[in-house]
Amino acid sequence: MPVDRDVELDELYREIILDHYRNPRNRGSLEDPSTSGEGDNPLCGDEVKLDVAIQGDQVAAVRFLGRGCSISQASASMLTQAIMGLSLDEVETLFESFKGMMYGSDQVDAESLGDLEALQGVRKFPVRVKCATLAWNVLQEALEQHRKAKT
Amino acid sequence: MFDVASIREDFPILQRQVHGKPLVYLDNAATTQKPRAVIEALVHFYEHHNANIHRAIHALGEEATAAYEETRAKVARFVNAPRPECIVFTRNATESINLVAYAWGRQNVGPGDEIVLTEMEHHSNLVPWQRLAQETGATVKYIGVTDEGTLALNDLSSFIGERTKLVAVTHVSNAMGTINPVEQLVAAAHRRGAVAVVDGAQSAPHMPVDVQALDCDFYAFSAHKMLGPTGVGVLYGRYELLDAMQPFLSGGEMIRRVRLDGANWNDVPWKFEAGTPNIADVIAFSAALDYLSALGMANVRAHEEELTAYALRRLRQREELIIYGPLDASRRGGVVSFNYPDIHPHDVGTILDREGVAIRAGHHCAQPLMNRFGVAGTVRASFYIYNTAEEVDALLQGIEKVRAFFGDAGR
Repeated sequence: MPVDRDVELDELYREIILDHYRNPRNRGSLEDPSTSGEGDNPLCGDEVKLDVAIQGDQVAAVRFLGRGCSISQASASMLTQAIMGLSLDEVETLFESFKGMMYGSDQVDAESLGDLEALQGVRKFPVRVKCATLAWNVLQEALEQHRKAKT
Repeated sequence: MFDVASIREDFPILQRQVHGKPLVYLDNAATTQKPRAVIEALVHFYEHHNANIHRAIHALGEEATAAYEETRAKVARFVNAPRPECIVFTRNATESINLVAYAWGRQNVGPGDEIVLTEMEHHSNLVPWQRLAQETGATVKYIGVTDEGTLALNDLSSFIGERTKLVAVTHVSNAMGTINPVEQLVAAAHRRGAVAVVDGAQSAPHMPVDVQALDCDFYAFSAHKMLGPTGVGVLYGRYELLDAMQPFLSGGEMIRRVRLDGANWNDVPWKFEAGTPNIADVIAFSAALDYLSALGMANVRAHEEELTAYALRRLRQREELIIYGPLDASRRGGVVSFNYPDIHPHDVGTILDREGVAIRAGHHCAQPLMNRFGVAGTVRASFYIYNTAEEVDALLQGIEKVRAFFGDAGR
């Protein structure tokens, strides 16, 4: 059936987001992760679990498992691609830019976010912002644990 | 005769548009819209009668007190309570249930006692009892739910036994619409000398309710789910039980006399209404009860049953949808609950919202029931007096659009 176009809806569900939802990247778990984290949005029932392998100061591998809405799962899939090979400082910077984009800061250089920029449309749907940021909060918690374990 | 077109004219909000489309409001189990008469009653009170109740020796105070107490009497008639004193005003159904859990529960439940609930309870009829059990050393037992979404009552005697002190059950499931045989559960509780609490949040607004025929000891509901303002809940309690109970909250109004070495309590029901109550909203609730009584609750039920049957028929035509709860509208309230096998309810909710269709997507504050069915949540459409078959059609169009939008996304 023909769908009359709704621009904001198309922005929310950009093709690249639906693609990540249909074909999640780096789905699974690691046998010997340096750190792991899991979290959920009790209100929606979105769940994300992340395993991260860190070598030296760099993200060497990352896998995710989860269930939930398209935004939460696509965001987790995109995250795994975005942080591969980055240093922990770079991950931090990326997270700040991502949060800036999701919470409406004008000073974010969208290009530095790569594919993640596609999640920008979620901003117009305040109740869904939590879905997009879930995986990132899980990552932050996992890295925080990693830092604590090292010191 | 039930004239939906003229009913709709009484609800100003139904004129508005959402995202450029006419509002199709199908989230009535969460809260209903308000008719002009209720909104005007609220304004009228503040413009003409505003005063505190039960103390002022002046005209406004007397008028406000009379209107407040008249509403209590009207509520009593609405659910056929034997006398107005059996009606306690609270903030909402949740507070009504908490009142029983604290004021009756802490006095009457002890170690080794059993509290019987069901797996389909709203959190508001679940968490207060879990806390009561934790604090008193009692145990909670849960009557299970069948695949059809009804209570598994075949071995009821294994749940309700000699140690049972209290049975608390929802009259109508907020998540799946199932109408429960509460008379049977109340009778089973009484045979064992247990007290029976009925969560009426989804029944009082939608069908004729007679608390004496149900024979329950407590019955809780909320004004805002039946055309009334937010911030008003009702607890019906059997008079002897209320009278024997200690207060819940304490302070002004609930006392008879206060000395430095103690106080004694006001009569039922004022003993349970500490502090200045929600006077204006209680009084405006009166207009909501008038509105429903003029329609006739049997007619309200018939209208919703017809809409629900139509919605179920249309939903079943889309074979891929998973429908929860009984498929027979005569056994369910005005609620339909369903899922696409591969699309999360929140994605469905967002797309429907863009069509102007307001539904609820999520766990409906009934997480144990969602776990029972292995889902994070469902899409729920719930009907009321102003909904039409055309709005059910709009829901179905939106649902088709969801599929078109997602393609075979998650398969």
